[in-house]
Amino acid sequence: MSLVGAGARETMGPPRLVSPVRGLLDVYLTEARLAIATQLQYRVANYMYMLGMVAEPVIYLVVWSTVAEQQGGSVGGFTPGQFAAYYIVWTLVRNINIVFTPYGWEERIREGQLSSQLLRPLFPIVEDLGYFAGWKPVVILLWLPIAAVLAWLFHPVLSPSPLAIVVFGVAIWGAYLIRSLNQESLGLVTFWTTRVGPLFQLYIAAELLLSGRLVPLSLTPEWVQRLADVLPFRWTFGFPIEALVGNLSEEDLLRGLGAQLFWIVVGSVLVRVVWRFAIRRYSAVSG
Amino acid sequence: MRPLRLMWLFFRVGALNELQYRANFWLQLLQSAIAIGTGLAVLWLVFSRTPTLNGWLPAELLAVMGVHTLMGGLIGTLVQPNMERLRNDIREGTVGFALTKPEDAQVLASVREVRIWRIVDVIVGAVVLAVAIGQLGTVIGPLEALAFAVALVLGGLMIYSFWLIITTVAFWIVRIDEIAELFEGVYQSGRWPVDVYPGWLRTSLTFLVPIAFAVTVPAQALTGRLTVGTLATAFVFAIVLLILTRTFWRFGLRHYSGASA
Repeated sequence: MSLVGAGARETMGPPRLVSPVRGLLDVYLTEARLAIATQLQYRVANYMYMLGMVAEPVIYLVVWSTVAEQQGGSVGGFTPGQFAAYYIVWTLVRNINIVFTPYGWEERIREGQLSSQLLRPLFPIVEDLGYFAGWKPVVILLWLPIAAVLAWLFHPVLSPSPLAIVVFGVAIWGAYLIRSLNQESLGLVTFWTTRVGPLFQLYIAAELLLSGRLVPLSLTPEWVQRLADVLPFRWTFGFPIEALVGNLSEEDLLRGLGAQLFWIVVGSVLVRVVWRFAIRRYSAVSG
Repeated sequence: MRPLRLMWLFFRVGALNELQYRANFWLQLLQSAIAIGTGLAVLWLVFSRTPTLNGWLPAELLAVMGVHTLMGGLIGTLVQPNMERLRNDIREGTVGFALTKPEDAQVLASVREVRIWRIVDVIVGAVVLAVAIGQLGTVIGPLEALAFAVALVLGGLMIYSFWLIITTVAFWIVRIDEIAELFEGVYQSGRWPVDVYPGWLRTSLTFLVPIAFAVTVPAQALTGRLTVGTLATAFVFAIVLLILTRTFWRFGLRHYSGASA
């Protein structure tokens, strides 16, 4: 597939052909600029969304802090201050983890919007990756005051090493890619079923329990942790958070990044394979 | 009684409409089962680390979860679909159709839609509640049952008021699609009795977003924790909130300008 320069110049003769890598980079940057410009307009909407999202970790934080206090100050090695650090970092990881939802695929397919996307010489998932990544600077900007308020309320305790900070900076993008790719694959299921709701909720339930989203994995039973080891979920929540707050060893940090890379490769291959079969089933009357 | 008759009429039409799509029942049942399964797993994780949570026994928290699911089902069936339609109508200018009818606009805007399959959550919640009461071994007399029903209705009215106030904001800020996510997120806090939350949050969850009245208070009625004072407060607050909602709705309406519909 050859890629066309992003600033589509239909009216000015034949399109300018550039190298695939340049072209792809152009697409990502354009999508990102688009996302920033769009989302900056809807600050209230963005804040409503983020506040709704903050409720989730605050609930977990309060419940587990209560348990810790009842158990004489800590539970499973976590003090309320460490829970606070865990769940405040959680909020950033969760925001980076917002990706194109499988429900979006329902709509694209049911309403035939996909037709126009297919006409472009561009893999639709590339557009999603670029757009949602571009949204992130806006999200991080809006997140900062929320984090400050949470830190003031809950007194987090953390002391990350410089290496941990660097690994965290990389790992949140690893998490973004893994979650994006998995959810895109899940979304493609709608080529067969039209409805993805129950399947997606099953995915979210598994993620809640097996990723460290609900509770740090070290607080779950042994068999849950073993199960989490062989699944992708923990690399999207538990690992990035623990990289910053968990005082992981250098070896664990690098091994974690390796595991993320592995799941990114698996996710990319999966999405490509599913797409090849899925797209054959697509038909639309208009779009 | 006219509003009630209207409500019943719309309910019947809406239900008949949705009953055509039988497969949605099974999808909803599956989704409810997943939600309950996750909720049970969380309770199990918490109680594997502690015998009681802030004085609440596992079975009592199960009762809270039952009420939470039940109330969530009621809101999802009756309140949320109407508010989402109203939100879209305000944005697209079609709310004019409701305003020009010879009925009270607020009543009309609040009863037009029903999402009948969400009733599955009401049933599932009731079953969880029954199991919890069975485990607790307490006898529920007619007085407790009545207090529970009253608390549930008052809580539902408060949640409706909250949602209508937020939706009315759409007259000024056009895009409030995220309100559903906001509510969904905050509503999850009702899975736990509000007294586990720190003071400022407890107050917010009681008077700002009245989840305490909607979930914890009905659950208190069934676990022998409800005082007459709490129920009276709920009653007064529900009335205040309804009046406030009505006033704000009328104020918002004056800001409405639809070019065409």
